[in-house]
Amino acid sequence: MAAQTLFDKIWKSHVVRAEPDGTTLLYIDRQLVHEVTSPQAFEGLKLSGRKPRRPGATLAVPDHNVPTTDRSVGIADPLSAIQIRTLEENCHDFGITLFGMNDIRQGVVHVIGPEQGFTLPGTTIVCGDSHTSTHGAFGALAFGIGTSEVEHVLATQCLIQKRPKTMEVRVDGVLSSRCSAKDVTLAIIGKIGTAGGTGYVIEYTGSAIRALSMEGRMTLCNMSIEAGARAGMVAPDDKTIAYVTDRPLAPKGKLFEQAVEAWQHLKTDANASYDMTITMKAEDIAPQVSWGTSPGMVTGIDQRVPDPQTITDVNQRQATERALEYMGLIPNMPIIDIKIDTVFIGSCTNSRIEDLRLAATLARGKRVATGVRAMVVPGSGLVKQQAEQEGLDRLFKDAGFEWREAGCSMCLAMNADVLQPGERCASTSNRNFEGRQGAGGRTHLVSPAMAVAAAVEGHFVDIRTWK
Amino acid sequence: MQAFTLLTGLVAPLDRVNVDTDQIIPKQFLKTIKRTGLREGLFYDWRKQKDGSQDPMFFLNQPRFQGATILLTRDNFGCGSSREHAPWALLDQGFRCVIASSFADIFYNNCFQNGILPIVLKADEVLATMKDVLATPGYQLTVNLEKQTVTTPNDTSYRFEIEPFRKDCLYRGLDSIGLTLQHEASIVAYETQRKVETPWLFTDLRP
Repeated sequence: MAAQTLFDKIWKSHVVRAEPDGTTLLYIDRQLVHEVTSPQAFEGLKLSGRKPRRPGATLAVPDHNVPTTDRSVGIADPLSAIQIRTLEENCHDFGITLFGMNDIRQGVVHVIGPEQGFTLPGTTIVCGDSHTSTHGAFGALAFGIGTSEVEHVLATQCLIQKRPKTMEVRVDGVLSSRCSAKDVTLAIIGKIGTAGGTGYVIEYTGSAIRALSMEGRMTLCNMSIEAGARAGMVAPDDKTIAYVTDRPLAPKGKLFEQAVEAWQHLKTDANASYDMTITMKAEDIAPQVSWGTSPGMVTGIDQRVPDPQTITDVNQRQATERALEYMGLIPNMPIIDIKIDTVFIGSCTNSRIEDLRLAATLARGKRVATGVRAMVVPGSGLVKQQAEQEGLDRLFKDAGFEWREAGCSMCLAMNADVLQPGERCASTSNRNFEGRQGAGGRTHLVSPAMAVAAAVEGHFVDIRTWK
Repeated sequence: MQAFTLLTGLVAPLDRVNVDTDQIIPKQFLKTIKRTGLREGLFYDWRKQKDGSQDPMFFLNQPRFQGATILLTRDNFGCGSSREHAPWALLDQGFRCVIASSFADIFYNNCFQNGILPIVLKADEVLATMKDVLATPGYQLTVNLEKQTVTTPNDTSYRFEIEPFRKDCLYRGLDSIGLTLQHEASIVAYETQRKVETPWLFTDLRP
């Protein structure tokens, strides 16, 4: 048999049938559902008199609209309330498991999938959300889809897909002290651009990737979409299996042993080839800070804001000028001179227990700078509970951070957590688009460690040397 | 889904690269539970000036582009969020075709689900057309899906590529779920085999 990549193996094992032009009917093992991109899909099922093919392979949770403050008072925004109630009604009507807003298991859809053992190696996983790429950290083929496709998967457990190309992103070496998966992914996007991965599935390889924890791999795969790749993946290993073991929805006993045996084969064969390979050295990656309005507009903490005058490509120059105007930044100013007034630690990129442990450790004994509002939003109710058991909430609160309930929150500001025009935020989320965190708001993407240091100092600092 | 065959229509220019779906339709319009009525959210923030009034220079606010059915734009259109509200909003505004030098994958897929034809032309073809659109009031293009051509008023034709399966579905306005359900026997055969090979994926996850 010809040598295969990890992607090839998962793809091949999910082909139901193929059209003459290669268009493939692909089987989908698992679907995650949230309140924003599902109502029209359920409505479509109702209108056509169709039923979900495998309601037991689907898990739903509200996350985008939920308040991160006291939930016993309900949801102030009537539209958000209707959307969440609609999800509850649809799950009830179609027999789909829902972790409701007041369930301890509720959280950001891409945090709870892995946490519950819903996400497994070798599976195909979809969700009406572009950051579904997160689940690729387990050696799954996971990608975001539109609402029509959500309906398609509910009705048929399949999707009509064109086979993507494969890209290897290889990072070897050892990351600098306090540099993390977030810095790796931002550096990759800075290198290949926001459309560099369009049409590809990325497999991350190399010693620096192997060294990452599961949480780190999730952060890395999460942002594959910001490089244009619908999916990113890391081959499963002992860390993956240890993470999955005993999760509530993971297989148990003999079935688990059988699954683990199969997962051993989920890796790229020695002689397999990718359509493209990118290599980076971990040692070259500094803590990253985005300066513009697209995740590819990013640089190291020891660099300066770019000067459009020095950019020869006219398109790139115009895009840079426009971004700097929106961001209110001056060409050539050092990144460490950028002052912030808001800090958001959370989102499907960086809200897991490991992120919070690192952030809390750095916040210990420090104080959030005067005039800075800093908030920590755990990825799920269970992450919050664990953090509180470990005393992390106290460290944050003592340092002046707000400690919130789980949800997407200020990553996209669909709930009440919104930047005001002109506010500048150090954010551990994934998108710095214009208005993403609130109309006129300015977002700088950073790691949790960089966000804590910025909160304390009121401006960006190099966490490699920060004390 | 509405079929797409032949379209001659007014062209509206959005001369920007990397237009993300957060710009096409901002978050506050995602709270709807309907597919329709999203026109008011289309490019909501870009339509306005800093003081909140409508920006007369933004293309959608210019009288000359009212009634446009073809959107002409640049690289990596539709990047970011998977929100299908983006094509829904474009459709609600009257756009049936988007021409760009490249698209983000999820947005590109979502267009086909809604009877919108996304066309990739070469960067120099897009730039030349952009220039003509801006210089010529009432500029129209003719899009022929069957022949896979975009034809300008002076009879220059640009050819575009499209996968045969997608083309056929769009040309005939087929319901893709209905198409997949025709392969029920193949799906059942697949599931039967996989239940043997990977039984742990077929346990019911409901409590």
